[in-house]
Amino acid sequence: MVDQTTKFSEAPDLLKELERAKVQGAPLTEKPTVETVWAWLSVIPDPEIPVISLTDLGIIRDVAWDGDTLVVTVTPTYSGCPATSIINLDIETALRGHGIENLTLKRQISPPWTTDWLTDAGRAKLEAYGIAPPRAAGGPQHCPHCKSTRVEKISQFGSTPCKAQWQCTDCLEPFDYFKCI
Amino acid sequence: MSDPLFEYLCRMGDNTLVLGHRVSEWCGVAPVLEEDIALANTALDLIGQTQLWLGLAGEVEGKGRDADKLAYHRDVWDFRNVLLVEQPNGDFGRTMMRQFLFDGWHLAYLKALTASSNDRIAAIAEKSVKEVTYHFERSTDTVIGLGDGTEESHRRMQDALDRLWPYVGEMFLSDDVDAAMIAQGIAPDPTALRGAYDTQLDGILAEATLTKPADNFTHKGGKTGVRHTEHLGHILTQMQWLQRAYPDATW
Repeated sequence: MVDQTTKFSEAPDLLKELERAKVQGAPLTEKPTVETVWAWLSVIPDPEIPVISLTDLGIIRDVAWDGDTLVVTVTPTYSGCPATSIINLDIETALRGHGIENLTLKRQISPPWTTDWLTDAGRAKLEAYGIAPPRAAGGPQHCPHCKSTRVEKISQFGSTPCKAQWQCTDCLEPFDYFKCI
Repeated sequence: MSDPLFEYLCRMGDNTLVLGHRVSEWCGVAPVLEEDIALANTALDLIGQTQLWLGLAGEVEGKGRDADKLAYHRDVWDFRNVLLVEQPNGDFGRTMMRQFLFDGWHLAYLKALTASSNDRIAAIAEKSVKEVTYHFERSTDTVIGLGDGTEESHRRMQDALDRLWPYVGEMFLSDDVDAAMIAQGIAPDPTALRGAYDTQLDGILAEATLTKPADNFTHKGGKTGVRHTEHLGHILTQMQWLQRAYPDATW
């Protein structure tokens, strides 16, 4: 099983962006556009798979202004995913860092999150990181390490709710597969 | 009887809460690492669903109780889960048989519930279906693998089925609360799901070389709260001890 936290350093660009976001916290003179907010959100890493961002994951469902309050709508990947509260905290920290004072985080569970909302960029980043991206066929296309198509399922569940454990029968490396839901 | 919608939501949330807690008891002690992780993930899904169900129950009740209050501050007689989910884990085989028997009902019931006239309930059902589909796939595979496995695994799975079978019928009983939900188009009639459940079950049990007990006697009383088995009280002493020792403690 891959311990993702030890690989955190492999996403330095995202982290630097996040750090920049935190220190920029001067009060805003005018409301940023929703496009700007989306851009800020697109550099916040997923806490459990930091190689992809929250927008890559497709869990930010809406960004809108309600008067002077910024409303960000977030959907959980899995209903019991322990990262959900950390994600909300990370969003709040980043947006406050950009000077957003009035912020509401809304949880929306319908329509339920689907891996179809993972961006293509997100899929490519997962693969490069060693996690096979989800496929409608229900299993990985190939081993993310040696690219062999000879792979087998070890367990339907993996190190986080969104992943299953597979193994390559050629290079014998076990790897995570992002479950398709 | 209190508000039928509140009762109903407690039934949904207590099923997932009590089973989630039971399954979590395997965390760190399952037979192999992969199963340990799978059981913990299943428990996590169920507890997540509990937050949605009991959270909504608290809102509907309107007395300021949230999901945590309902989970940790009620006593045995207030719980509305079916008796099946409070049965002890036993060995790994019995745990998986209990999961399999519940998942089959849970998935069919949730699928029907996605058509609920209540949008909030339909949304929770829709979210849960995705997770429970995985649970059912896994418990089915395990029941077949162990049932049609070695002489010992077969014997253990048959013992588990014999022991748990009398708790299956309760999931399909219908009462006044169900009638109120059916009348408002909020929830399906559980009795209507029995036929399809049995057909599916027979096919899987045949593949698993297991024999369904002939007697359809059913223990009941969990869903109505009239009479739980002694096991629920023991679960609560563990699950609730911290909130009882240090009320409203947070960290």
